[in-house]
Amino acid sequence: MSSASGNTAQLGKPMPMARKLAYRNLFHDRVSLLVTLVGIVFSVVLIAVQCSIYLGSEYRIVAVMDHIEADIWVVPVGTKSFDLPTLLLPGREKQAALSTPGVQSADDLIVTFANWRRLAQSSDKKGCATESGLCGATSVLVVGFDTATNKNLPWDIVEGNIADLNLPNAVGIDSTYFGELAIERIGDRAEINDTQVTAKVITRGIRSFTTLPFIFTALPLGRTLSFAAPEQASYTLVRVAPGANVEEVRKSLQARLPDAEVLTHDAFRKRSLDYWLFETGAGSGLIAGAVLAIIVGIVVVSQTLYASTKEHLNEFATLRALGASSGFIRKVILWQAVLSAIIGYVLGMILSRIVTYYLSDMLPIQMTFNLIWGLLVLTVAMCVVAAVSAIFKVIRIDPAVVFSR
Amino acid sequence: MAQEPILEATNIVKFLGSGAAEVKALKGVSLELMPGELTLLMGPSGSGKTTLLSILGCILTPSEGTLRIGPHTATGLTSEGLANLRRQHVGFVFQSYNLVPTLTAAENVMLALDLRGTDLSEAPALAAKALKAVGLSHRADAYPSKLSGGEKQRVAIARSLAGSPSVILADEPTAALDSENGKAVMALLAEVAKDKGRGILVVTHDHRTLSYADRLIRIEDGKIVGRARRRARSGNGAGAHAA
Repeated sequence: MSSASGNTAQLGKPMPMARKLAYRNLFHDRVSLLVTLVGIVFSVVLIAVQCSIYLGSEYRIVAVMDHIEADIWVVPVGTKSFDLPTLLLPGREKQAALSTPGVQSADDLIVTFANWRRLAQSSDKKGCATESGLCGATSVLVVGFDTATNKNLPWDIVEGNIADLNLPNAVGIDSTYFGELAIERIGDRAEINDTQVTAKVITRGIRSFTTLPFIFTALPLGRTLSFAAPEQASYTLVRVAPGANVEEVRKSLQARLPDAEVLTHDAFRKRSLDYWLFETGAGSGLIAGAVLAIIVGIVVVSQTLYASTKEHLNEFATLRALGASSGFIRKVILWQAVLSAIIGYVLGMILSRIVTYYLSDMLPIQMTFNLIWGLLVLTVAMCVVAAVSAIFKVIRIDPAVVFSR
Repeated sequence: MAQEPILEATNIVKFLGSGAAEVKALKGVSLELMPGELTLLMGPSGSGKTTLLSILGCILTPSEGTLRIGPHTATGLTSEGLANLRRQHVGFVFQSYNLVPTLTAAENVMLALDLRGTDLSEAPALAAKALKAVGLSHRADAYPSKLSGGEKQRVAIARSLAGSPSVILADEPTAALDSENGKAVMALLAEVAKDKGRGILVVTHDHRTLSYADRLIRIEDGKIVGRARRRARSGNGAGAHAA
């Protein structure tokens, strides 16, 4: 007895023939499949890396902002980004905010560029120290905040705690920048703008988009390091009362502070992102790279699918002669495209994970769950679009050609 | 009681090409396929056999005339409508077999069943039955590349039988086969033609096939020039006489 019926007993309901035919056609020509997969893998890796860098950049640009609890930000006019502080606010913003209806609380935030002078540590045996005990300088971005109201800043603390920043001249630094700042452990010293500071809090993984190290301090030390007057700040953070309308409060506060810009958190976040990602061209470049990868993927897949379809044209003509509907033919080709997409995606993502793992020390890279699933959808869509030319070729085929062979 | 023809073509005219290159390939052809009969369509190259076969198989539409398969009229149908009609009512056997090389013999038959809307769970058993009918149960898992020409043609016949279409159209089914396999294939088609719900038309040049025919139609220059009907059919053939 034929195994056709035997297969039923063993495997239950057989695979629909359109799917089986697609699968067999795909794996029949290994070279063609390899070329298709190389194209898809190339696209997936390129898109995944570009998008991961884009998302990583996004994360780094707004990571500190996102750890600050504020509904409204009062910023100097013309501020382009959170980490690009310009002038200090005049100094009456906090009081103005507190007297605005709907405001629950307000406090100041210092963000300032500063000169970090490395000092030879007592344990330093590597010879960076000069006779004067100085090891050169580098630029840093100081973030001075009210430790009582900003409980999430800094985060991912591995040594010390937020309260330690209230100690005299205490700073928090990230272990990523140990080498650059000549810091090795809690208690190591340095100078910021000629003020001696001591590392009291160590974090892990807080990195800036601009590559300048963030230095976290309590607000008073931040003011000292930025040469600000006691009432001055880079930004004023406003939290609205429960039930109050953020936009109403923002408008009201803006009316009271005509010399400053009053922005919602989301607006300032978007402005910061837009500045770095689009005004500087960094993000546009990444997006262009990803779009290019999609185009390359579509072209490669459509070329190979078209070639594969042409190779099987006689079979498609036979199918048409046997009465296959155009829907059935479309299904076969689309299944081929989807199968290629899934195999290419899996291989591409494995390679992408390896690439991003090795690049993560050098570049801002973040592979999110949404990106992983989004890429699957994009890869399948890319391959389906690529199948269109092959479908048109087959749908137009004259089934009468089966008699001429 | 007179039997109803299973396929009826009336005054079929077909123009091929256009403008100065236009050719009248069929010039008012009428024919009938009767159930339980094997009809041979013979004629020289260029006589219009293949064009007529394409029209009878709902692959081409006639420029003039009507075609009826069972209760269905093919005239005026769209390409999808024609595809539906041939899917449901017409089985094809091609000169070059036209099996799908990436599918096994059983899967080739199951493909035709799938196209005809057979329930997937029933398809393997029906495919096995069709292959058994052509004596190829033992080759069900073989790919076409591993089959001989005669076996390929028998798989093609099994495929044409799958789903029990009322009309089977065979285009030079013995042309690519040696004498022995050619006879075996014709004998098989003649056996299949005994089914009272089915009519078979075989287009052929091969005079060795004459003995298997119930009817013979000769076509020349796009016109039917002769019709003959055999008195009785035997396995090794008997003479035909002019109608």
